[in-house]
Amino acid sequence: MPASLRFLANRLLTTILVIVGAVALLFCLTLLVPGNPADVLLGPRATPEAVAAFSKQMGLDLPVWRRLAIFFGNVLQGNLGTDVISGRPILTMVMEVLPFTVTLTFASIGLAILVGLPLGAYAATHPDSIGDRIGAVFSVSFIAMPNFVVAIFLLLIFSIWLDWLPVLGAGEPGNYLDQLVRLILPSVSLALGWVGYIARLVRSSLLEVMGEPYIRTARAYGVSDTKIIYKYALKNAAIPTVAILGLGIGRLLGGAIFAEIIFARPGIGKLVYDAILTRNYPVVQAGVLVVVLLFVLTNLLVDMSYGWLDPRMRQSARAGGGH
Amino acid sequence: MRGVIAQIWGRSTGRLGLILVVLILIMGLGAQVISPYDPNELDILNRFSDPTWIHPMGTDHLGRDLFSRMLYGTQTALLVAVSTIIVSLVVGTLMGIGAAYAPREVERAILILFDIISSFPSLVFALAVVALLGPGLGKVVLIVSITLLPHFGRVARAQVLSLKNAPFLEAERVLGASRARLVLVHIVPNIMGPLVVLASMDIPVVITIEAGLSFLGVGVPPPLASWGTLLNDGYANLTETIWPVAFAGLMLTLATLGFTLFGEALRDAIDPKLKTDR
Repeated sequence: MPASLRFLANRLLTTILVIVGAVALLFCLTLLVPGNPADVLLGPRATPEAVAAFSKQMGLDLPVWRRLAIFFGNVLQGNLGTDVISGRPILTMVMEVLPFTVTLTFASIGLAILVGLPLGAYAATHPDSIGDRIGAVFSVSFIAMPNFVVAIFLLLIFSIWLDWLPVLGAGEPGNYLDQLVRLILPSVSLALGWVGYIARLVRSSLLEVMGEPYIRTARAYGVSDTKIIYKYALKNAAIPTVAILGLGIGRLLGGAIFAEIIFARPGIGKLVYDAILTRNYPVVQAGVLVVVLLFVLTNLLVDMSYGWLDPRMRQSARAGGGH
Repeated sequence: MRGVIAQIWGRSTGRLGLILVVLILIMGLGAQVISPYDPNELDILNRFSDPTWIHPMGTDHLGRDLFSRMLYGTQTALLVAVSTIIVSLVVGTLMGIGAAYAPREVERAILILFDIISSFPSLVFALAVVALLGPGLGKVVLIVSITLLPHFGRVARAQVLSLKNAPFLEAERVLGASRARLVLVHIVPNIMGPLVVLASMDIPVVITIEAGLSFLGVGVPPPLASWGTLLNDGYANLTETIWPVAFAGLMLTLATLGFTLFGEALRDAIDPKLKTDR
């Protein structure tokens, strides 16, 4: 089996293990919740009969392994349970807010690439210039700053002091301009750290690639610097950047929780957070599961995209009959 | 040791990092001595005070002195960061060394476990655990140290593998040294450099997670002060005063920036090779 196929098989196996592990773990955590879940969900004034009926309805009277099996089966069928408070299927609730979180995450990543890539390319082509140094200081500051601090500071500066941008919510449905405007601050708060990351990474990998023989050859043939950087060097320098983006999505999803809470935007983070405050554990469980799924699947996608970016891997995969 | 500090001091970013780290350490370790007030002393009549000579950072929504709370928050952040890193460093290193010496199947199992742990979005995972099990300092330390295990484990394993067949270890073995002696006396000191660098670079990560969880109200339980809870209190009262948010955010930024710069300078001083690895 060629190395790249084995790598893919390995990745798929880990992905499945992670998902199974996450489901089992989330189930086990609910077992450890202090107190009987029926008591917790129904509140202190529930009658013993109500608690007993509810326990039976939720299957709480079954042995643990049966409950785990049922939980697995339900998750596989996309059944995340019913919300006790509103009586609606939890999957519907998650699906309603998912687009907001996905939009925010992609807007942030897009913004980070759009700003970070040229900054890194500039820094690599002008090493040790004043611009490079200022960029380095900003990069490290933005990387170091926790994104919820950035979010609160942005809120403070642009909404409270300057009163330039509206603060809260995701905007009226159908009013795209309003939605876009309200997307600015949350996505900037998430993107800023990644701008720094990407700029630094692109700078260092570009500097490395620029020293390669094929770049020297291209230069000797008289290809212009701009063409060398944007057509040849950047593509190879992008490989480590893509790897970082895979990790980035996970951190961004984590960060999205803060951005959603601070800017009062609907989203998975807000859903989970509100559920934590009301001790609505099934919703917490479902929300976290969806975030883990998103994270794991994007990581898988990122790993597979190496093949597209790095033809050496694609070649060996094709030779093995795969892809 | 002196050489390393001199090298860190020799770079402007390293110097800034070192100064910030020392400052944070003084604030955290000396909180009891420096604090002008009891951090939990209420003074409702004097709530939302702006910074004055009496209250250098002002007061919060219950009239508590913000400067004192900020100092105790520094202590909390350091306590959580250091204990998390120590747990993770010790357990992770042992697992890594174990993996390097274990039979292939065990090694593979450990590596898969590392893959699984690092495939979880750590913050969301931590959030789920504390949300379900209730807040607590110990729980935060435990969860975050689990999420950091793979960092230390992978590096320790790689280091041991590159060292395992070195001639000086061969010589020790021939002389009859036990495996425990080989690991503890010869291997551990030799692989410590990169691990210490990793540890210092993970400190800002832990500080951020702790503050983040506390900001969401599921980290450090009240009335304990944490930069995260201070930020949250300030955020809830943003219409009254901006100072708590400004100072708590500033402290967090300075701490994470300081430890990041310090960690990077330490890495360049101890083991420049790591630079390309991360």
